[in-house]
Amino acid sequence: MTEAPRFLHPIKAPAAHAGLAVTFDAPLPLDCGRRMSPFTVAYTTYGTLAPDAGNAILICHALTMDQFVASDNPVTGKPGWWIDMVGPGKPIDTDRFFVICANVLGGCMGSTGPSDTNPDTGKPYGLDFPVVTIRDMVRAQKRLIDHLGIRRLLAVVGGSVGGMQALQWAATYPDHVKAVVPIACAARHSAQNIAFHEVGRQAIMADPDWRGGEYQQHGVRPTKGLAVARMAAHITYVSEAALQRKFGRNLQNREAKSFRFAPDFQIESYLHHQGASFVDRFDANSYLYITRAVDYFDLAEEHGGQLSEVFRLNAPRFCIISFSSDWLYPPVENKRIAHALNAVAARVSFVEIKSDKGHDAFLLDEPEMYAVIRGFLNHAAGAP
Amino acid sequence: MSLRPDLAAIADMIRPGSRVLDVGCGDGELLEHLVRTKSVDGRGIEISQTNVNACVARGLAVVQGDADSDLGDYPAQVFDAVILSQTIQATEKPKAVLEHLLRIGRRTAVSLPNFGYWKVRLGLLAGGRMPRTQQLGYAWWETPNIHLCTLADFVDLTRECGAAIVQAHTLDEQGGARRVDPEKLTDRYLGPNLFAQGGVFLLKKSA
Repeated sequence: MTEAPRFLHPIKAPAAHAGLAVTFDAPLPLDCGRRMSPFTVAYTTYGTLAPDAGNAILICHALTMDQFVASDNPVTGKPGWWIDMVGPGKPIDTDRFFVICANVLGGCMGSTGPSDTNPDTGKPYGLDFPVVTIRDMVRAQKRLIDHLGIRRLLAVVGGSVGGMQALQWAATYPDHVKAVVPIACAARHSAQNIAFHEVGRQAIMADPDWRGGEYQQHGVRPTKGLAVARMAAHITYVSEAALQRKFGRNLQNREAKSFRFAPDFQIESYLHHQGASFVDRFDANSYLYITRAVDYFDLAEEHGGQLSEVFRLNAPRFCIISFSSDWLYPPVENKRIAHALNAVAARVSFVEIKSDKGHDAFLLDEPEMYAVIRGFLNHAAGAP
Repeated sequence: MSLRPDLAAIADMIRPGSRVLDVGCGDGELLEHLVRTKSVDGRGIEISQTNVNACVARGLAVVQGDADSDLGDYPAQVFDAVILSQTIQATEKPKAVLEHLLRIGRRTAVSLPNFGYWKVRLGLLAGGRMPRTQQLGYAWWETPNIHLCTLADFVDLTRECGAAIVQAHTLDEQGGARRVDPEKLTDRYLGPNLFAQGGVFLLKKSA
């Protein structure tokens, strides 16, 4: 049944478009062996579904994003995170396409996650929440797509962890997606990436207010740990060149170094701000669970490390987009996917866009990215 | 739409329904032509972002990359034909590139400008400066064509790489293509190596 979504964090600004939520009673089998029932998927849609349901595009959001891709976020009051990509006349044109974006399983924006009530105990799940995977997230999205009456998606588009979900869609449901656009992602999370995630998780768990994951029952939140996790992660989202260009060694609101530990440098106060604003909209346990899901992502694992085997049957058409200065998921990792697809004669295009904005380039104004996605989707929409 | 003459000559060499890799495919004009008229399963490699975007908008499968560095990633003998049009003279390692093409494709089609063309020779001999012609229009200090050769030089390279020439064509300034005996490109002083503006070759690896 469809309902209004429930958000963990208070709604700051009245939003005309709070989105929808649907709760499924049929259990969702998970990779860990457990089953989840019931579970809720919170989502938004933009545009109109065609009578033949052939114009549906699913957008998968990144680690800490949410379903508010092209409309104001009701918790932060800020505009959607991809408003230059998705909207009327935009590259993902909502005048033509029916766009869906769902909060991931394990999230904190209305889809079932660790802050929700465990039906078995009547208390918040906390660490009783099952460790979910990218594939589990995609299975939940598939339920939503079925619920909306869409047999085959025109496209699945996603950046970063959203790109991993797009790849997983092609691997798990190749007959249900015609075109896939993975952006700034990889077919597996590298050792370096797992290391950064672990730093973030340890920061959260070292916060005394984390309380073994049961902070909700104690009426506290591990905001310090979560902020540090965000600060560390944020460094990986930007390039060294961009940080240098934006901040250099500039001092923050002072003429000289203070010889104290208050933030002297602009980069320090910038990171503090990133951490502080993050804790107002995100849940610490969700951060643990979603980063874990990403750590576990390795598409080729079940195929003896042979990535091409993942896409052997009915691979959809692909347009893989990478950014030259992305050191979190560098172009070479993206290109690996293109070569694996080429090896099984799948229709794959690959672009490496020159940018000094690092991993986060996919969220920023990148005209070449807009151009290639617009061209790719236009052609895919008209192709048989 | 009429194809550039060397592309038309290459298109004539491609069998319908084959798997084709166009290395340096530009904006995808030839690939799209082959897909439409010969139902080939076409793939491209192209270095320029603008060109790749144009290819993707045509629905072509194109990997943005560099012939000099990326061909090693392609397995052997997966393509029926590999195309390299007006590109070999702009690569850093023409011999390595040609060897990769011969490995990847059962047939390799190459078109290139002829630095032995009489106007080029005359330009250097009489003018005393690096020649600039209709086909080679760049100043020496900005040209992407860093490894120019004559048709005779190219024939030598194919022998060096263990390739057999299946077909050779010369191109004149009007775009007319004429099939020639490759022996005549290397043997004769006043032969096609002097009178052709460019050449198109179909190669295969010698048994």
